[in-house]
Amino acid sequence: MSGGRIVFEDVSKFYGDVLGVNRVNLSIPPGITALVGPNGSGKTTLMNLITGLVRPTRGRISVLGISPDDPERLFKVVGYCTQFDSFPRGKTGYEFLYSSLRLHGKSHAEARELTMTALELTGMTDAAGRRVAAYSKGMRQRIKLAHAICHQPSVLVLDEPLNGLDPMARAEAIALFRSLAAEGLHVIISSHILHEVDCISDQVVLLNSGYVVAEGQIQAVRSEMNQEHPLQIMVRCSRPGALASRVFTLDHVVEVRMHADGRGLLASTRNPDLFYQALNQAVLEGLIDIESVAPADDDVHSVYQYLIGNEGEAL
Amino acid sequence: MKTSLPWKLWARQVMAILRIELAKNFKRKRAIPVYVLAFLPFLLWQTHSLVHIRGWRTCSGSEDLMVYAGVFQVFVLRLAIFFSAVAIFMNLFRGKIVEKTLHYYFLAPVRREVLVVGKYLSGVAMMVIVFGAGTALSYLTAVNHLKLTASRAVVPAAMADLPVYVGVTALACLGYGAVFLVTGLLFRNPIVPAVAILSWESIIVFLPAVLKKFSVIFYLESLCPVKVPFHGPGLLFTITAEPTPAYLSVPGLILLTLALLALAALRIRKMEISYGTE
Repeated sequence: MSGGRIVFEDVSKFYGDVLGVNRVNLSIPPGITALVGPNGSGKTTLMNLITGLVRPTRGRISVLGISPDDPERLFKVVGYCTQFDSFPRGKTGYEFLYSSLRLHGKSHAEARELTMTALELTGMTDAAGRRVAAYSKGMRQRIKLAHAICHQPSVLVLDEPLNGLDPMARAEAIALFRSLAAEGLHVIISSHILHEVDCISDQVVLLNSGYVVAEGQIQAVRSEMNQEHPLQIMVRCSRPGALASRVFTLDHVVEVRMHADGRGLLASTRNPDLFYQALNQAVLEGLIDIESVAPADDDVHSVYQYLIGNEGEAL
Repeated sequence: MKTSLPWKLWARQVMAILRIELAKNFKRKRAIPVYVLAFLPFLLWQTHSLVHIRGWRTCSGSEDLMVYAGVFQVFVLRLAIFFSAVAIFMNLFRGKIVEKTLHYYFLAPVRREVLVVGKYLSGVAMMVIVFGAGTALSYLTAVNHLKLTASRAVVPAAMADLPVYVGVTALACLGYGAVFLVTGLLFRNPIVPAVAILSWESIIVFLPAVLKKFSVIFYLESLCPVKVPFHGPGLLFTITAEPTPAYLSVPGLILLTLALLALAALRIRKMEISYGTE
Protein backbone atom coordinates (compact mmCIF):
# COMPACT_ATOMS: atom_id res chain seq x y z
CA MET A 1 0.00 0.00 0.00
CA SER A 2 2.86 2.35 0.83
CA GLY A 3 4.15 1.71 -2.69
CA GLY A 4 1.37 3.99 -3.96
CA ARG A 5 1.58 7.72 -4.47
CA ILE A 6 -0.04 10.88 -3.30
CA VAL A 7 -1.45 12.47 -6.41
CA PHE A 8 -2.71 16.01 -7.03
CA GLU A 9 -4.42 16.49 -10.38
CA ASP A 10 -4.88 20.13 -11.34
CA VAL A 11 -5.83 21.04 -7.79
CA SER A 12 -6.79 24.59 -6.84
CA LYS A 13 -8.03 25.91 -3.55
CA PHE A 14 -9.50 29.35 -3.02
CA TYR A 15 -10.62 30.73 0.34
CA GLY A 16 -13.27 33.06 -1.00
CA ASP A 17 -11.26 35.41 -3.20
CA VAL A 18 -7.96 34.45 -1.62
CA LEU A 19 -5.77 31.95 -3.43
CA GLY A 20 -4.55 29.01 -1.39
CA VAL A 21 -2.92 26.95 -4.12
CA ASN A 22 -3.47 26.99 -7.86
CA ARG A 23 -3.25 24.31 -10.54
CA VAL A 24 -1.12 21.94 -8.53
CA ASN A 25 -0.05 18.73 -10.23
CA LEU A 26 2.07 16.46 -8.08
CA SER A 27 2.82 12.79 -7.76
CA ILE A 28 4.63 12.17 -4.50
CA PRO A 29 6.46 8.86 -4.09
CA PRO A 30 7.39 7.19 -0.79
CA GLY A 31 10.27 8.74 1.13
CA ILE A 32 10.69 12.15 2.70
CA THR A 33 9.23 15.02 0.71
CA ALA A 34 9.77 18.54 1.96
CA LEU A 35 7.34 21.34 1.18
CA VAL A 36 9.35 24.54 1.09
CA GLY A 37 8.20 28.09 0.61
CA PRO A 38 7.69 31.39 2.36
CA ASN A 39 4.76 32.10 4.65
CA GLY A 40 1.50 32.06 2.72
CA SER A 41 2.97 30.04 -0.13
CA GLY A 42 0.42 27.24 0.29
CA LYS A 43 2.33 24.58 2.26
CA THR A 44 -0.30 24.13 4.97
CA THR A 45 -3.09 24.30 2.39
CA LEU A 46 -1.48 21.40 0.50
CA MET A 47 -1.26 19.41 3.74
CA ASN A 48 -4.83 20.21 4.68
CA LEU A 49 -5.92 19.13 1.21
CA ILE A 50 -4.12 15.79 1.57
CA THR A 51 -5.91 15.16 4.86
CA GLY A 52 -9.33 16.44 3.81
CA LEU A 53 -9.39 19.23 6.40
CA VAL A 54 -10.07 21.53 3.45
CA ARG A 55 -11.65 20.56 0.13
CA PRO A 56 -10.25 21.49 -3.26
CA THR A 57 -12.16 24.14 -5.20
CA ARG A 58 -11.12 22.30 -8.34
CA GLY A 59 -9.20 19.15 -9.20
CA ARG A 60 -8.74 15.75 -7.61
CA ILE A 61 -6.55 14.36 -4.85
CA SER A 62 -5.75 10.74 -4.15
CA VAL A 63 -3.73 9.41 -1.23
CA LEU A 64 -2.55 5.88 -2.02
CA GLY A 65 -5.71 5.56 -4.10
CA ILE A 66 -8.01 6.89 -1.35
CA SER A 67 -9.99 10.10 -1.65
CA PRO A 68 -9.64 12.56 1.26
CA ASP A 69 -13.47 12.59 1.27
CA ASP A 70 -13.38 9.12 2.78
CA PRO A 71 -12.03 9.66 6.32
CA GLU A 72 -12.93 6.16 7.40
CA ARG A 73 -10.32 4.68 5.03
CA LEU A 74 -8.00 7.66 4.77
CA PHE A 75 -7.05 8.01 8.42
CA LYS A 76 -6.25 4.34 8.79
CA VAL A 77 -3.23 5.12 6.60
CA VAL A 78 -2.62 8.83 7.26
CA GLY A 79 -1.30 10.59 10.34
CA TYR A 80 -1.20 14.39 10.48
CA CYS A 81 0.77 16.55 12.86
CA THR A 82 -0.85 19.96 12.40
CA GLN A 83 0.44 23.42 13.24
CA PHE A 84 -2.45 24.03 15.66
CA ASP A 85 -1.03 24.21 19.15
CA SER A 86 -4.26 23.24 20.89
CA PHE A 87 -5.35 20.09 22.70
CA PRO A 88 -8.51 18.66 24.25
CA ARG A 89 -8.83 20.11 27.73
CA GLY A 90 -7.81 18.24 30.84
CA LYS A 91 -6.17 15.28 29.15
CA THR A 92 -2.80 13.78 30.01
CA GLY A 93 -0.44 12.84 27.20
CA TYR A 94 -1.37 9.18 27.65
CA GLU A 95 -5.12 9.86 27.65
CA PHE A 96 -4.78 12.07 24.57
CA LEU A 97 -3.22 9.26 22.53
CA TYR A 98 -5.26 6.46 24.08
CA SER A 99 -8.63 8.11 23.42
CA SER A 100 -7.60 8.86 19.86
CA LEU A 101 -6.74 5.20 19.31
CA ARG A 102 -10.07 4.09 20.80
CA LEU A 103 -11.68 6.38 18.27
CA HIS A 104 -9.78 4.46 15.60
CA GLY A 105 -11.72 1.42 16.76
CA LYS A 106 -8.79 -0.18 18.61
CA SER A 107 -9.47 -2.43 21.60
CA HIS A 108 -8.31 -1.38 25.07
CA ALA A 109 -5.24 -3.63 24.90
CA GLU A 110 -4.28 -2.53 21.37
CA ALA A 111 -4.78 1.14 22.19
CA ARG A 112 -2.69 0.81 25.33
CA GLU A 113 0.16 -0.92 23.50
CA LEU A 114 0.18 1.50 20.56
CA THR A 115 0.06 4.47 22.94
CA MET A 116 3.11 3.21 24.85
CA THR A 117 5.00 2.56 21.58
CA ALA A 118 4.28 6.08 20.28
CA LEU A 119 5.25 7.65 23.61
CA GLU A 120 8.51 5.73 23.59
CA LEU A 121 9.34 6.66 19.98
CA THR A 122 8.87 10.34 20.74
CA GLY A 123 10.61 10.27 24.11
CA MET A 124 7.45 11.16 26.01
CA THR A 125 7.07 8.12 28.25
CA ASP A 126 8.13 9.95 31.41
CA ALA A 127 5.73 12.84 30.79
CA ALA A 128 2.78 10.63 29.75
CA GLY A 129 0.96 11.00 33.06
CA ARG A 130 1.11 14.80 33.09
CA ARG A 131 -1.58 17.01 31.64
CA VAL A 132 -0.80 18.26 28.12
CA ALA A 133 -1.70 21.78 29.26
CA ALA A 134 1.39 21.72 31.50
CA TYR A 135 3.75 20.63 28.73
CA SER A 136 6.48 22.86 27.31
CA LYS A 137 6.31 23.90 23.65
CA GLY A 138 8.77 21.14 22.70
CA MET A 139 6.80 18.50 24.60
CA ARG A 140 3.54 19.62 22.98
CA GLN A 141 5.23 19.29 19.61
CA ARG A 142 6.39 15.78 20.49
CA ILE A 143 2.99 14.65 21.77
CA LYS A 144 1.45 15.92 18.52
CA LEU A 145 4.03 13.87 16.65
CA ALA A 146 3.16 10.86 18.82
CA HIS A 147 -0.51 11.44 17.97
CA ALA A 148 0.32 11.44 14.25
CA ILE A 149 2.29 8.17 14.38
CA CYS A 150 0.44 6.26 17.11
CA HIS A 151 -1.80 4.30 14.73
CA GLN A 152 1.20 3.35 12.56
CA PRO A 153 0.18 5.13 9.35
CA SER A 154 1.67 4.70 5.88
CA VAL A 155 1.54 8.43 5.18
CA LEU A 156 2.80 10.93 7.69
CA VAL A 157 2.02 14.60 7.11
CA LEU A 158 4.02 16.91 9.36
CA ASP A 159 3.47 20.66 9.40
CA GLU A 160 6.58 22.34 10.82
CA PRO A 161 7.29 19.33 13.05
CA LEU A 162 10.66 20.61 14.27
CA ASN A 163 9.33 23.90 15.62
CA GLY A 164 10.05 24.34 19.30
CA LEU A 165 12.28 21.29 19.58
CA ASP A 166 15.70 21.58 21.18
CA PRO A 167 18.72 20.40 19.13
CA MET A 168 18.75 16.94 20.72
CA ALA A 169 15.02 16.44 20.14
CA ARG A 170 15.41 17.72 16.56
CA ALA A 171 18.10 15.17 15.87
CA GLU A 172 15.94 12.41 17.35
CA ALA A 173 12.90 13.53 15.35
CA ILE A 174 14.93 13.63 12.13
CA ALA A 175 16.28 10.14 12.85
CA LEU A 176 12.70 8.96 13.41
CA PHE A 177 11.51 10.48 10.11
CA ARG A 178 14.40 8.83 8.30
CA SER A 179 13.72 5.43 9.81
CA LEU A 180 10.01 5.71 8.95
CA ALA A 181 10.86 6.73 5.38
CA ALA A 182 13.28 3.81 5.15
CA GLU A 183 10.38 1.51 6.04
CA GLY A 184 8.60 2.77 2.90
CA LEU A 185 6.37 5.45 4.43
CA HIS A 186 5.48 8.71 2.73
CA VAL A 187 6.72 11.45 5.03
CA ILE A 188 5.60 14.92 3.96
CA ILE A 189 7.29 17.68 5.92
CA SER A 190 6.97 21.42 5.74
CA SER A 191 9.75 23.44 7.24
CA HIS A 192 11.24 26.89 7.19
CA ILE A 193 14.65 25.61 8.21
CA LEU A 194 16.26 24.92 4.88
CA HIS A 195 19.47 23.31 5.98
CA GLU A 196 17.41 20.74 7.90
CA VAL A 197 15.20 20.19 4.88
CA ASP A 198 18.37 19.65 2.90
CA CYS A 199 19.57 17.00 5.33
CA ILE A 200 16.25 15.22 5.66
CA SER A 201 14.48 15.18 2.34
CA ASP A 202 14.65 12.85 -0.61
CA GLN A 203 12.69 15.31 -2.72
CA VAL A 204 11.36 18.82 -2.39
CA VAL A 205 8.32 20.74 -3.56
CA LEU A 206 9.05 24.45 -3.77
CA LEU A 207 6.01 26.68 -3.43
CA ASN A 208 5.52 30.37 -3.92
CA SER A 209 2.27 32.36 -3.78
CA GLY A 210 0.19 29.21 -4.16
CA TYR A 211 2.08 27.83 -7.14
CA VAL A 212 4.48 24.89 -7.31
CA VAL A 213 7.64 26.44 -8.75
CA ALA A 214 9.77 23.29 -8.69
CA GLU A 215 9.59 19.69 -7.56
CA GLY A 216 11.76 16.61 -7.49
CA GLN A 217 15.16 15.66 -6.13
CA ILE A 218 17.03 18.80 -5.25
CA GLN A 219 20.00 18.05 -7.53
CA ALA A 220 17.66 17.39 -10.45
CA VAL A 221 15.82 20.66 -9.76
CA ARG A 222 19.17 22.44 -9.56
CA SER A 223 20.44 21.01 -12.83
CA GLU A 224 17.35 22.28 -14.63
CA MET A 225 18.37 25.77 -13.59
CA ASN A 226 21.95 25.60 -14.88
CA GLN A 227 21.28 27.84 -17.89
CA GLU A 228 19.72 30.62 -15.85
CA HIS A 229 21.76 30.12 -12.71
CA PRO A 230 25.12 28.47 -13.54
CA LEU A 231 26.23 25.94 -10.94
CA GLN A 232 29.03 27.14 -8.69
CA ILE A 233 31.76 24.60 -8.02
CA MET A 234 34.38 25.10 -5.35
CA VAL A 235 37.76 23.51 -6.17
CA ARG A 236 40.49 23.40 -3.52
CA CYS A 237 43.78 22.62 -5.26
CA SER A 238 47.40 23.47 -5.81
CA ARG A 239 48.04 26.19 -8.46
CA PRO A 240 44.49 27.55 -8.64
CA GLY A 241 45.72 30.31 -10.96
CA ALA A 242 46.71 27.75 -13.59
CA LEU A 243 43.39 26.00 -13.27
CA ALA A 244 41.57 29.34 -13.54
CA SER A 245 43.39 30.08 -16.81
CA ARG A 246 42.46 26.66 -18.15
CA VAL A 247 38.76 26.65 -17.28
CA PHE A 248 38.23 30.26 -18.26
CA THR A 249 38.75 29.26 -21.88
CA LEU A 250 35.74 26.91 -21.70
CA ASP A 251 32.47 28.23 -23.23
CA HIS A 252 30.24 26.93 -20.45
CA VAL A 253 32.25 28.57 -17.68
CA VAL A 254 30.81 32.01 -17.07
CA GLU A 255 32.77 33.16 -14.03
CA VAL A 256 35.86 32.18 -12.06
CA ARG A 257 36.74 33.68 -8.73
CA MET A 258 39.89 33.00 -6.75
CA HIS A 259 39.47 32.00 -3.16
CA ALA A 260 40.71 34.58 -0.65
CA ASP A 261 43.37 32.21 0.81
CA GLY A 262 44.80 31.58 -2.64
CA ARG A 263 44.30 27.80 -2.34
CA GLY A 264 41.21 27.36 -4.43
CA LEU A 265 38.71 28.84 -6.84
CA LEU A 266 34.99 29.11 -7.36
CA ALA A 267 33.87 28.48 -10.92
CA SER A 268 30.37 29.04 -12.32
CA THR A 269 29.41 26.70 -15.14
CA ARG A 270 26.36 25.98 -17.23
CA ASN A 271 27.57 22.45 -17.91
CA PRO A 272 28.93 20.77 -14.78
CA ASP A 273 29.64 17.48 -16.60
CA LEU A 274 32.00 19.14 -19.06
CA PHE A 275 33.58 21.10 -16.21
CA TYR A 276 34.34 17.91 -14.28
CA GLN A 277 35.83 16.38 -17.45
CA ALA A 278 38.11 19.39 -17.84
CA LEU A 279 39.10 19.09 -14.20
CA ASN A 280 40.01 15.42 -14.66
CA GLN A 281 42.06 16.33 -17.70
CA ALA A 282 43.95 18.97 -15.71
CA VAL A 283 44.78 16.42 -13.02
CA LEU A 284 45.89 13.82 -15.57
CA GLU A 285 48.16 16.37 -17.19
CA GLY A 286 49.71 17.13 -13.79
CA LEU A 287 48.58 20.73 -13.96
CA ILE A 288 47.09 20.64 -10.47
CA ASP A 289 46.70 18.47 -7.36
CA ILE A 290 43.14 18.45 -6.08
CA GLU A 291 42.29 18.64 -2.39
CA SER A 292 38.49 18.79 -2.75
CA VAL A 293 35.72 19.49 -5.26
CA ALA A 294 32.17 20.35 -4.23
CA PRO A 295 29.18 22.12 -5.69
CA ALA A 296 28.59 25.31 -3.71
CA ASP A 297 24.96 26.04 -4.58
CA ASP A 298 23.07 22.83 -5.24
CA ASP A 299 21.34 22.78 -1.87
CA VAL A 300 17.75 23.67 -1.04
CA HIS A 301 18.76 27.08 0.24
CA SER A 302 20.37 28.10 -3.04
CA VAL A 303 17.55 26.71 -5.14
CA TYR A 304 15.10 28.55 -2.89
CA GLN A 305 17.03 31.78 -3.29
CA TYR A 306 17.17 31.44 -7.06
CA LEU A 307 13.52 30.50 -7.53
CA ILE A 308 11.83 32.45 -4.82
CA GLY A 309 14.47 35.01 -3.99
CA ASN A 310 13.93 37.48 -1.22
CA GLU A 311 10.13 37.25 -1.32
CA GLY A 312 10.51 34.63 1.36
CA GLU A 313 11.94 35.66 4.69
CA ALA A 314 15.52 34.91 5.64
CA LEU A 315 15.72 31.22 6.38
CA MET B 1 -21.43 -7.11 -5.12
CA LYS B 2 -23.31 -6.22 -1.97
CA THR B 3 -21.15 -5.22 0.99
CA SER B 4 -22.55 -4.99 4.49
CA LEU B 5 -22.18 -1.78 6.47
CA PRO B 6 -19.69 -1.85 9.38
CA TRP B 7 -22.30 -1.33 12.12
CA LYS B 8 -20.08 -2.93 14.79
CA LEU B 9 -17.23 -0.54 14.05
CA TRP B 10 -19.60 2.45 14.07
CA ALA B 11 -21.05 1.31 17.39
CA ARG B 12 -17.52 1.02 18.85
CA GLN B 13 -16.68 4.49 17.55
CA VAL B 14 -19.89 5.98 18.96
CA MET B 15 -19.05 4.39 22.31
CA ALA B 16 -15.52 5.86 22.14
CA ILE B 17 -16.97 9.32 21.41
CA LEU B 18 -19.45 8.90 24.26
CA ARG B 19 -16.63 7.98 26.65
CA ILE B 20 -14.65 11.07 25.65
CA GLU B 21 -17.56 13.51 25.57
CA LEU B 22 -19.77 12.35 28.41
CA ALA B 23 -17.14 12.82 31.10
CA LYS B 24 -16.38 16.27 29.70
CA ASN B 25 -20.06 17.22 29.53
CA PHE B 26 -20.54 16.41 33.20
CA LYS B 27 -17.31 18.01 34.42
CA ARG B 28 -17.21 21.29 32.52
CA LYS B 29 -18.08 24.56 34.23
CA ARG B 30 -20.82 25.16 31.70
CA ALA B 31 -22.70 22.23 33.27
CA ILE B 32 -23.15 23.99 36.63
CA PRO B 33 -26.12 26.16 35.52
CA VAL B 34 -27.61 23.01 33.94
CA TYR B 35 -27.51 21.23 37.32
CA VAL B 36 -29.02 24.28 39.02
CA LEU B 37 -31.85 24.50 36.47
CA ALA B 38 -32.52 20.75 36.59
CA PHE B 39 -32.76 20.51 40.38
CA LEU B 40 -34.40 23.86 41.12
CA PRO B 41 -37.94 22.37 40.91
CA PHE B 42 -36.84 19.63 43.30
CA LEU B 43 -35.69 22.28 45.81
CA LEU B 44 -38.95 24.16 45.26
CA TRP B 45 -41.05 21.07 46.04
CA GLN B 46 -38.86 20.13 48.98
CA THR B 47 -39.50 23.59 50.42
CA HIS B 48 -43.20 23.28 49.65
CA SER B 49 -43.50 19.89 51.35
CA LEU B 50 -41.54 21.19 54.35
CA VAL B 51 -43.97 24.10 54.64
CA HIS B 52 -46.84 21.60 54.62
CA ILE B 53 -45.23 19.21 57.11
CA ARG B 54 -44.56 22.10 59.51
CA GLY B 55 -48.28 22.88 59.26
CA TRP B 56 -47.81 26.36 57.83
CA ARG B 57 -50.01 25.57 54.85
CA THR B 58 -52.58 22.94 53.92
CA CYS B 59 -52.15 21.35 50.52
CA SER B 60 -54.78 20.29 48.03
CA GLY B 61 -53.87 17.35 45.80
CA SER B 62 -55.48 18.59 42.60
CA GLU B 63 -54.08 22.11 43.11
CA ASP B 64 -50.55 20.80 43.76
CA LEU B 65 -50.62 18.56 40.71
CA MET B 66 -51.85 21.46 38.58
CA VAL B 67 -49.06 23.68 39.95
CA TYR B 68 -46.54 20.91 39.25
CA ALA B 69 -47.81 20.66 35.67
CA GLY B 70 -47.51 24.46 35.32
CA VAL B 71 -43.96 24.53 36.68
CA PHE B 72 -43.02 21.57 34.48
CA GLN B 73 -44.46 23.02 31.28
CA VAL B 74 -43.42 26.63 31.76
CA PHE B 75 -40.18 26.38 33.72
CA VAL B 76 -38.75 22.90 33.00
CA LEU B 77 -39.73 22.51 29.35
CA ARG B 78 -39.78 26.11 28.09
CA LEU B 79 -36.86 27.50 30.07
CA ALA B 80 -34.66 24.99 31.91
CA ILE B 81 -34.32 22.31 29.22
CA PHE B 82 -34.41 24.93 26.47
CA PHE B 83 -31.49 26.98 27.82
CA SER B 84 -29.54 23.92 28.95
CA ALA B 85 -29.85 22.52 25.43
CA VAL B 86 -28.54 25.85 24.11
CA ALA B 87 -25.52 25.59 26.42
CA ILE B 88 -24.78 21.92 25.80
CA PHE B 89 -25.67 21.22 22.18
CA MET B 90 -24.66 24.48 20.55
CA ASN B 91 -21.18 23.92 21.91
CA LEU B 92 -20.79 20.30 20.86
CA PHE B 93 -19.10 21.45 17.67
CA ARG B 94 -18.93 25.23 18.08
CA GLY B 95 -16.99 24.82 21.35
CA LYS B 96 -14.42 22.62 19.62
CA ILE B 97 -14.02 25.19 16.87
CA VAL B 98 -13.42 27.91 19.45
CA GLU B 99 -10.97 25.62 21.30
CA LYS B 100 -9.36 24.73 17.97
CA THR B 101 -9.56 21.01 18.69
CA LEU B 102 -12.20 19.86 16.22
CA HIS B 103 -9.49 18.68 13.82
CA TYR B 104 -8.58 15.84 16.19
CA TYR B 105 -11.98 14.32 15.49
CA PHE B 106 -11.68 15.05 11.78
CA LEU B 107 -8.29 13.30 11.69
CA ALA B 108 -9.69 10.03 13.01
CA PRO B 109 -10.98 7.28 10.71
CA VAL B 110 -14.53 8.09 11.70
CA ARG B 111 -17.35 8.99 9.34
CA ARG B 112 -18.50 12.48 10.10
CA GLU B 113 -22.07 11.18 10.36
CA VAL B 114 -20.90 8.83 13.13
CA LEU B 115 -19.25 11.78 14.82
CA VAL B 116 -22.52 13.74 14.74
CA VAL B 117 -24.41 10.79 16.23
CA GLY B 118 -21.78 10.19 18.92
CA LYS B 119 -21.59 13.80 20.02
CA TYR B 120 -25.36 14.25 19.90
CA LEU B 121 -25.90 11.12 22.01
CA SER B 122 -23.34 12.35 24.54
CA GLY B 123 -25.34 15.57 24.94
CA VAL B 124 -28.65 13.69 25.10
CA ALA B 125 -27.29 11.22 27.66
CA MET B 126 -26.07 14.01 29.90
CA MET B 127 -29.31 16.01 29.61
CA VAL B 128 -31.58 13.00 30.09
CA ILE B 129 -29.65 11.82 33.14
CA VAL B 130 -29.66 15.27 34.76
CA PHE B 131 -33.16 16.42 33.83
CA GLY B 132 -34.66 12.93 34.13
CA ALA B 133 -33.34 12.75 37.70
CA GLY B 134 -34.46 16.34 38.41
CA THR B 135 -37.97 15.67 37.08
CA ALA B 136 -38.32 12.32 38.87
CA LEU B 137 -37.10 13.72 42.20
CA SER B 138 -39.29 16.83 42.04
CA TYR B 139 -42.38 14.82 41.03
CA LEU B 140 -41.81 12.19 43.73
CA THR B 141 -41.44 14.99 46.29
CA ALA B 142 -44.55 16.76 45.01
CA VAL B 143 -46.64 13.58 45.07
CA ASN B 144 -45.23 11.93 48.20
CA HIS B 145 -46.09 14.74 50.56
CA LEU B 146 -49.73 14.41 49.44
CA LYS B 147 -49.80 11.13 51.39
CA LEU B 148 -49.92 13.28 54.49
CA THR B 149 -52.93 15.28 53.28
CA ALA B 150 -56.60 14.67 52.77
CA SER B 151 -55.81 14.21 49.06
CA ARG B 152 -53.88 10.99 49.69
CA ALA B 153 -56.32 9.15 47.41
CA VAL B 154 -54.89 10.85 44.33
CA VAL B 155 -51.38 9.54 45.02
CA PRO B 156 -51.59 6.15 43.22
CA ALA B 157 -53.07 7.74 40.08
CA ALA B 158 -50.54 10.57 40.22
CA MET B 159 -47.64 8.11 40.53
CA ALA B 160 -48.72 6.58 37.23
CA ASP B 161 -47.85 9.92 35.59
CA LEU B 162 -44.21 9.80 36.73
CA PRO B 163 -42.93 7.83 33.70
CA VAL B 164 -44.90 10.20 31.44
CA TYR B 165 -43.21 13.26 32.91
CA VAL B 166 -39.77 11.60 32.67
CA GLY B 167 -40.56 10.49 29.13
CA VAL B 168 -41.62 14.01 28.09
CA THR B 169 -38.41 15.32 29.68
CA ALA B 170 -36.36 12.86 27.62
CA LEU B 171 -38.22 13.81 24.44
CA ALA B 172 -37.63 17.50 25.19
CA CYS B 173 -33.89 16.78 25.50
CA LEU B 174 -33.97 14.86 22.20
CA GLY B 175 -35.92 17.55 20.34
CA TYR B 176 -34.25 20.70 21.64
CA GLY B 177 -30.88 18.91 21.51
CA ALA B 178 -31.26 18.30 17.77
CA VAL B 179 -32.52 21.85 17.17
CA PHE B 180 -29.52 23.42 18.90
CA LEU B 181 -26.98 20.97 17.48
CA VAL B 182 -27.98 22.15 14.00
CA THR B 183 -28.16 25.79 15.09
CA GLY B 184 -24.64 25.56 16.51
CA LEU B 185 -23.40 24.30 13.14
CA LEU B 186 -25.21 26.92 11.10
CA PHE B 187 -24.56 30.06 13.16
CA ARG B 188 -21.39 31.49 14.65
CA ASN B 189 -23.21 33.48 17.31
CA PRO B 190 -25.64 31.23 19.18
CA ILE B 191 -27.48 34.03 20.98
CA VAL B 192 -29.46 35.37 18.00
CA PRO B 193 -30.89 32.00 16.85
CA ALA B 194 -31.54 30.95 20.47
CA VAL B 195 -33.58 34.11 21.07
CA ALA B 196 -35.40 33.63 17.76
CA ILE B 197 -36.31 30.02 18.61
CA LEU B 198 -37.35 30.98 22.15
CA SER B 199 -39.59 33.71 20.72
CA TRP B 200 -41.13 31.28 18.26
CA GLU B 201 -41.76 28.69 20.97
CA SER B 202 -43.34 31.42 23.13
CA ILE B 203 -45.68 32.98 20.55
CA ILE B 204 -46.79 29.62 19.20
CA VAL B 205 -49.80 29.71 21.54
CA PHE B 206 -51.15 32.70 19.59
CA LEU B 207 -50.58 31.15 16.16
CA PRO B 208 -52.94 29.06 14.02
CA ALA B 209 -53.01 25.31 14.56
CA VAL B 210 -51.07 24.60 11.37
CA LEU B 211 -48.10 26.71 12.55
CA LYS B 212 -48.15 25.23 16.04
CA LYS B 213 -47.03 21.94 14.48
CA PHE B 214 -43.65 23.51 13.62
CA SER B 215 -42.77 23.76 17.27
CA VAL B 216 -41.22 21.32 19.72
CA ILE B 217 -43.17 22.61 22.70
CA PHE B 218 -46.54 21.97 21.03
CA TYR B 219 -45.85 18.22 20.82
CA LEU B 220 -44.36 18.11 24.32
CA GLU B 221 -47.34 19.86 25.90
CA SER B 222 -49.67 17.53 24.03
CA LEU B 223 -47.96 14.63 25.80
CA CYS B 224 -48.14 16.11 29.28
CA PRO B 225 -50.62 14.26 31.54
CA VAL B 226 -52.13 17.46 33.02
CA LYS B 227 -53.24 20.29 30.77
CA VAL B 228 -52.49 23.75 32.11
CA PRO B 229 -55.10 26.38 31.19
CA PHE B 230 -53.83 29.68 29.81
CA HIS B 231 -54.57 32.69 32.04
CA GLY B 232 -54.25 36.46 31.74
CA PRO B 233 -55.18 39.11 29.16
CA GLY B 234 -53.37 37.21 26.40
CA LEU B 235 -56.08 34.58 26.65
CA LEU B 236 -58.14 36.63 24.15
CA PHE B 237 -55.50 36.12 21.47
CA THR B 238 -54.77 32.45 21.99
CA ILE B 239 -55.86 29.94 19.40
CA THR B 240 -56.68 26.55 20.81
CA ALA B 241 -55.61 23.58 18.78
CA GLU B 242 -56.52 19.97 19.32
CA PRO B 243 -53.64 18.33 21.17
CA THR B 244 -51.79 15.88 18.98
CA PRO B 245 -52.26 12.31 20.21
CA ALA B 246 -49.21 10.53 21.64
CA TYR B 247 -49.07 8.05 18.76
CA LEU B 248 -48.41 11.03 16.46
CA SER B 249 -46.48 13.32 18.82
CA VAL B 250 -43.79 10.84 19.78
CA PRO B 251 -42.96 9.62 16.26
CA GLY B 252 -43.35 13.22 15.06
CA LEU B 253 -40.73 14.46 17.49
CA ILE B 254 -38.42 11.56 16.72
CA LEU B 255 -38.80 12.19 12.98
CA LEU B 256 -38.08 15.88 13.51
CA THR B 257 -34.98 14.91 15.51
CA LEU B 258 -33.79 12.52 12.79
CA ALA B 259 -34.36 15.16 10.09
CA LEU B 260 -32.33 17.69 12.09
CA LEU B 261 -29.54 15.14 12.65
CA ALA B 262 -29.45 14.43 8.93
CA LEU B 263 -29.13 18.18 8.31
CA ALA B 264 -26.31 18.36 10.88
CA ALA B 265 -24.56 15.41 9.20
CA LEU B 266 -24.80 17.13 5.80
CA ARG B 267 -23.36 20.31 7.28
CA ILE B 268 -20.51 18.53 9.05
CA ARG B 269 -19.61 16.53 5.94
CA LYS B 270 -18.88 19.78 4.12
CA MET B 271 -17.18 21.47 7.05
CA GLU B 272 -13.57 22.56 6.58
CA ILE B 273 -11.10 23.35 9.30
CA SER B 274 -10.15 27.00 9.06
CA TYR B 275 -10.05 28.22 12.64
CA GLY B 276 -8.60 31.52 11.54
CA THR B 277 -11.80 32.55 9.82
CA GLU B 278 -14.18 31.25 12.48
